[in-house]
Amino acid sequence: MPQHIPADSVGIVEPQTAVFDEPLELKSGRVLPKYELVYETYGTLNEDKSNAILICHALSGHHHAAGFHSEDDTKPGWWDACIGPGKAIDTNQFFVISLNNLGGCHGSTGPTSINPETDEPYGGDFPVLRVYDWVTSQARLADRLGIECFAAVVGGSLGGMQAMRWSIQYPERLKHCVIIASAPKLSAQNIAFNEVARNTIMKDPEFHDGHYLKHDTLPKTGLMQARMLAHLTYLSDDAMGEKFGRDLKTDEVSYEFVPEFQVESYLHYQGEKFSTTFDANTYLLMTKALDYFDPAQYYDNDLSKCLSQATCKFLVMSFTTDWRFSPERSEEIVDALIEADKDVTYACIESEKGHDAFLIPIPRYVKTFGAYMNRIAKEDI
Amino acid sequence: MRSDLQIIQQWVQPNSQVLDLGCGEGALLAYLKHHKQCLGYGMEINPDSIVSCVEKGVNVIEHDLNNGLNHFKDDSVDTVIMTQALQAVRRPDLLLDEMLRVGQEAIITFPNFGYWRTRFYLLNKGRMPMSKTLPYNWYDTPNIHLCTFGDFEQLCGEKGLRILDRTVVDSQHQESLAARLWPNMLGEIAIYRISR
Repeated sequence: MPQHIPADSVGIVEPQTAVFDEPLELKSGRVLPKYELVYETYGTLNEDKSNAILICHALSGHHHAAGFHSEDDTKPGWWDACIGPGKAIDTNQFFVISLNNLGGCHGSTGPTSINPETDEPYGGDFPVLRVYDWVTSQARLADRLGIECFAAVVGGSLGGMQAMRWSIQYPERLKHCVIIASAPKLSAQNIAFNEVARNTIMKDPEFHDGHYLKHDTLPKTGLMQARMLAHLTYLSDDAMGEKFGRDLKTDEVSYEFVPEFQVESYLHYQGEKFSTTFDANTYLLMTKALDYFDPAQYYDNDLSKCLSQATCKFLVMSFTTDWRFSPERSEEIVDALIEADKDVTYACIESEKGHDAFLIPIPRYVKTFGAYMNRIAKEDI
Repeated sequence: MRSDLQIIQQWVQPNSQVLDLGCGEGALLAYLKHHKQCLGYGMEINPDSIVSCVEKGVNVIEHDLNNGLNHFKDDSVDTVIMTQALQAVRRPDLLLDEMLRVGQEAIITFPNFGYWRTRFYLLNKGRMPMSKTLPYNWYDTPNIHLCTFGDFEQLCGEKGLRILDRTVVDSQHQESLAARLWPNMLGEIAIYRISR
């Protein structure tokens, strides 16, 4: 093993692809005739296949949740803080599956894939997806891997919504549901942020109704602006203050409209980086799925009635300075679960890191999460 | 299990719904879950205690009792339990209302400030009493609303609450005839079962 890979890492991992030829009928009524899902696994599936954990990713996430792709890889997967030997999701005990959702831009079938009906990239023609559709496609992947019932389905933010959807859609297929820094549906403010982001992308002259690949262009500016805005909402005022304060890049102000403060250049850097690695249509799809998520709407807008379908046990966690999905939003889920007489544990973790805290190894967070996962390992596999 | 919890568990019906306020490490809830098949929820604010509850496999909700019991609807549980926490909340009277809004019955334990040793300590030393049940200085104590059994029963009377049961014990949670005869003077801790 290469020297820079820490002992508590899952090590070098390789993505795999599952090809599905059976059509997938989507909530929108449209059909994906065939599709592929890219995924990674960590740990070993036990004999009775009872130790599988499904990790659902957030808005800009993908299948690479832990470990490294090569010895030269500088950064591990997005949730390496919590997945690995001895970590909260202990790969010595669990078999972990993480995938790139449909509509994604990291290998699974999405807007940059070839539409078999036109032999051209889907682009703007890729169907709008709902969390429901993702969960259906994930269940098919589970079938493919021979997993009838997950020990737990786990996710943060948009991933938490998928985990919740699992508990309602396939109650018999999971024993535990872990929902972190999430919400039962978006608020008007959340939707407004998403709309500004989408509008910025769609108004980019290079967007061409989503068919930018056909035009050999990319709506980079729009995507960059969208990401800069979103990034703001993931951090807390305190976290930004602590990281950047009002520090200037140089000693003096220039009286020009260029990035002068450290926080400005950080945002530019993040936006720029994102705009070169992420697909604009995918961004639109993922934010739309977030906006549409509202499982209670099928149950007279009664979240408790909706969650009464579930048979699994729940762990819900939130973070004090998360204002994108505040602790109150998690408590809506908790209250509905209590009303539905479900087993639920809730922890609100003190943190200055805003919404992004769920990706950070905050000791209390990891300890509580780890204790819960350890209990699953002891009682349910 | 602590002997006061042993007494409390006798008052909880099998298969009932229980809410344990300030549930600590979840010992009572774990017992009620495994021996009486109760669906229980604990409320706790201490992070380490929450982890202990998680390890025991009991439901724990992180919550500050000073904010009421808004996670629970009216009449949503059978029994609300609170051991040794009444004296530590900002408004015990309001929490009492909340407990009996949410539950049919409440079981409460708290230290008796009218216990003869406490009275003697204050009379003799002229300083705030410290003992095994009240082990803090006046300035760092979490017990900000100490009361006597007499005070508590008066509050229940004012609120029109019914005292269904009362067991008076010493700091080791043992019952004695003397404490039963003159509880407000000779009892250290009381375990009350009350209802609307």
